[in-house]
Amino acid sequence: MTSNPALPDDETLTESGLAAEQRGSILLIACGALAHEILALKKLNGWDHMSLTCLPAKLHLYPEKITDAVVEAVEKHRDDYGDIFVVYADCGTGGQLQTKCEELGVQMVEGPHCYSFFEGNDAFDARSEAGEITAFYLTDFLVRQFDAFIWKPMGLDRHPELRDMIFGNYTKLVYQAQLENPALKEKAKDCADRLGLAFEYRFTGYGDLATTLAKHA
Amino acid sequence: MSDEEEDIILSELDDEELVQQMFDDLYDGLKEEIEEGVNILLERKWMPYDILTKALVGGMTIVGKDFRDGILFVPEVLLAANAMKGGMAILKPLLAETGAPRVGKMVIGTVKGDIHDIGKNLVGMMMEGAGFEVIDIGINNPVENYLESLENEKPDILGMSALLTTTMPYMKVVIDTMVEQGIRDDYTVLVGGAPLNEEFGKAIGADAYCRDAAVAVETAKDFMSRKHNQGVTG
Repeated sequence: MTSNPALPDDETLTESGLAAEQRGSILLIACGALAHEILALKKLNGWDHMSLTCLPAKLHLYPEKITDAVVEAVEKHRDDYGDIFVVYADCGTGGQLQTKCEELGVQMVEGPHCYSFFEGNDAFDARSEAGEITAFYLTDFLVRQFDAFIWKPMGLDRHPELRDMIFGNYTKLVYQAQLENPALKEKAKDCADRLGLAFEYRFTGYGDLATTLAKHA
Repeated sequence: MSDEEEDIILSELDDEELVQQMFDDLYDGLKEEIEEGVNILLERKWMPYDILTKALVGGMTIVGKDFRDGILFVPEVLLAANAMKGGMAILKPLLAETGAPRVGKMVIGTVKGDIHDIGKNLVGMMMEGAGFEVIDIGINNPVENYLESLENEKPDILGMSALLTTTMPYMKVVIDTMVEQGIRDDYTVLVGGAPLNEEFGKAIGADAYCRDAAVAVETAKDFMSRKHNQGVTG
């Protein structure tokens, strides 16, 4: 029997994150935007020895704050667990998160960001090399939280005229789906329309997140 | 703001009040009001350079400070920049005619693989406001574009911008190529962008990392002043 903490709603994951509720031998310190996917993988694989705590997903709006927040979480929890794994990629920290994790002796997810590891870092690299640089990516979480995460923080609810200043260099919105969900696909298409971008659906599943967590399980 | 507050007639304000009101209007991103304010000051025989520095740059400096302090966010800064752009469009042709002082020349562009230009555009605008001639080579620039612009434009400063962790290392490619070609020391190289930091700037061999547009302007002015002093003493 697997047990997972009750998952808060997306708004809570964006604003507050998720407190560590269990005692396992491994603590995963993750971005709130990955909570659903990590808990799904835990359940699927019976990783009961892994506990999860999430930092607020909205930290991504201020990437310069991510490193300090992760360091604080590692220091807060490290005496309570045998091992800690940081479920963040670089996430716009310019290598600082990697440096701090090395100093703390904890490992983290490889790659620049979740768009890359969901697709698979190698595959994402290959697409970038092939010229896919004008794509704006959304994951399941970001489609669900589009208004809270993109539309409102970018001021588009109050000043729609900013859209082309912010998104004018993008040509398409790529929805990287972790789960097949027709309603979410429709919503993602609507997001693309609102941003004035072409729409592309790309099912990725959990990508490198699954293999990375399996390695540390 | 009180609903009972009367509409402000810009043309009825004296110069000092008008400049203060333009600061407020820039802060609120009111492009039409900024354009109107610029035209009023021109009618009052203000020199274009004075309008630029005292009203527009003065106002944007407040915006920049509040952005740095977390009081304003990206949308508000973009609106303010858009308002300033409106004022600049009126002043730019007049600045050339009236012989406004030119502090220096800068080539600026976002590096290869990166299409983000909000920060770069802000820097370019603030540099122009500070009296620099700015050649903006846009986004997604391979090293060849930078070299070609350096060759053609002969700027004092090269500015490079990147928003992505994956693209910021390309700045080193550009600098290394400049070193190989023996032209690195002919230019001041300034770098900026959200994931960068001072350590990175040093590691790739840039002259300075600039964390925002205001710092970029101050840093550029500082390097120009050093260059000038070298010229005098050397």
